[in-house]
Amino acid sequence: MIKATNLLFGYSEEREKALNGVNFTAEKGEFIAVLGSNGCGKSTLAKHFNAILLPEEGTVEVEGMLTTQDDRLFDIRQKVGMVFQNPDNQIVATIVEEDVAFALENMGVEPSEIRRRIDEAMEKTGVYKFKDKAPHHLSGGQKQRVAIAGIIAMRPDYIVLDEPTAMLDPEGRRKVLKTIKSLNKEYGITVILITHYMDEAAQADRIVVMSKGKVVKEGTPKEIFSQVELVKSLSLDVPQTSEIAYELGKLGHNLSTEAISIDECAQQLYNFLKG
Amino acid sequence: MSVIKIENLSYTYNEGLPGATKALDNINLEIEEGTFVGVIGHTGCGKSTLISHLNGLTKPQQGAIYLNGKNIWTEYPSIRDVRFNVGLVFQYPEYQLFEESIYKDIAFGPKNMGLDDEEVDRRVKMAAKFVGIPEYALEGSPFDLSGGQKRRVAIAGIIAMQPKVLVLDEPCAGLDPEGREQILSQVKNYHKETGSTVILVSHSMEDIANYADKVLVMEQGKVYNYADTEEIFQDAENLSKMGLGIPDITKVFLKLKEMGLDIDTDVYTIPYAIKTLLKYKEKNGGGHNA
Repeated sequence: MIKATNLLFGYSEEREKALNGVNFTAEKGEFIAVLGSNGCGKSTLAKHFNAILLPEEGTVEVEGMLTTQDDRLFDIRQKVGMVFQNPDNQIVATIVEEDVAFALENMGVEPSEIRRRIDEAMEKTGVYKFKDKAPHHLSGGQKQRVAIAGIIAMRPDYIVLDEPTAMLDPEGRRKVLKTIKSLNKEYGITVILITHYMDEAAQADRIVVMSKGKVVKEGTPKEIFSQVELVKSLSLDVPQTSEIAYELGKLGHNLSTEAISIDECAQQLYNFLKG
Repeated sequence: MSVIKIENLSYTYNEGLPGATKALDNINLEIEEGTFVGVIGHTGCGKSTLISHLNGLTKPQQGAIYLNGKNIWTEYPSIRDVRFNVGLVFQYPEYQLFEESIYKDIAFGPKNMGLDDEEVDRRVKMAAKFVGIPEYALEGSPFDLSGGQKRRVAIAGIIAMQPKVLVLDEPCAGLDPEGREQILSQVKNYHKETGSTVILVSHSMEDIANYADKVLVMEQGKVYNYADTEEIFQDAENLSKMGLGIPDITKVFLKLKEMGLDIDTDVYTIPYAIKTLLKYKEKNGGGHNA
């Protein structure tokens, strides 16, 4: 479990606190999406999960270890992997498989074990076929999956992704998201996904909405996105599937804004048209 | 008359080398003055190579670009004149800010055009207004702004040159939904009030559907289609197959059709979807014939 309690953090004295009393829990095996407008503190929170930033007040615990415990830093970073927005800032080696092996080499893992783990990580993220290529010859989405493979090779229990698809095209986005979901569903890795894309958030088990340094709403995608007005008041958006039900509602037709998948929405509209 | 005309344009990266890649393959296109054009296509389809030709950042290997009927490389006194008329806003333009005040940053372009101080001042204020930066904020440093605000300053810097053609490459990448909406509606206002031509490159079909009059779909260095927005979405099924993330609402309508309803699937915005649904319901008289 990752647990933040009354977390307070500010970048400078003059400015408002980036995090102003955040309480957040990620249970093992969950897929959580974190939503919020630019500047709401999402990324600051994410950086607390593996001790890149340390709390000013309050605590962050990873499986019972406080992130302020210097002697546990190594363990914490091995348990919680981070993937950032720009793939070009995260790749260090000149060959894909060397990049994936980078952390393991630094951890002093046996060479034969490294081979085994990176092969497995590259298989899981679908980049095995580019293992001998130079990263700069890959597309953004492919590079992002290489970055994820490098994290997976460390066998983390948690993976935190900070807008991993913001710079990708729809095809790249789709593949990265598919990879993230399979890590969660098939391999049981806990996923914390920060995103501006409502369709990505709609696929999570739970959504945490942040605003002005606080968690303001939590719930399943259905619970969150059915509250169209609330979501819009937080400078966010709802999937078009909820929006159409909401707009038809304003015209006096009673439809559920909880039908957020394409199939559910189509079924509901089908009934509406036939009903 | 068309403001931009692209004639037989081809471009190959690393020509003659083993890694040669054909980025543009005989493009022919005419853009009418005052159109809001959306450009979509996969990463690597040649979008960026194409737009870098429009203001002469890249020189055609074959073919030619015409601005107001004149070849930009042979019929203008210098390529600078072309660049003042075709303003290009790159991806992540906030990284290009450099001046000590917002005012000076926006003024950089018009100053280099050789305009007098009074005109520069007028244009800075006009551009700032379009992107929603209040006059009192202009003396502040651009580096104290948030990412979305910085981006709007960068766009204002181009608008201040009053280009005939404004080209924006993914202006909304990484912004939250409200930030996206703000930038795009400001660009749309600028387009409406000045009558200038806007070319918007985006991966978001939703954004293109909401703002563009015409859409250019590119595939593998070629023009796959260039037509009015409604017409483009009549082909939604194929666009989806090409991996061009069509709007969710379009997917819902394709699904309805699959479920056996005889309904139009060229739906690409929420208001249009509602109109189509209500029209269908009226025509088919609710459930009485079901």
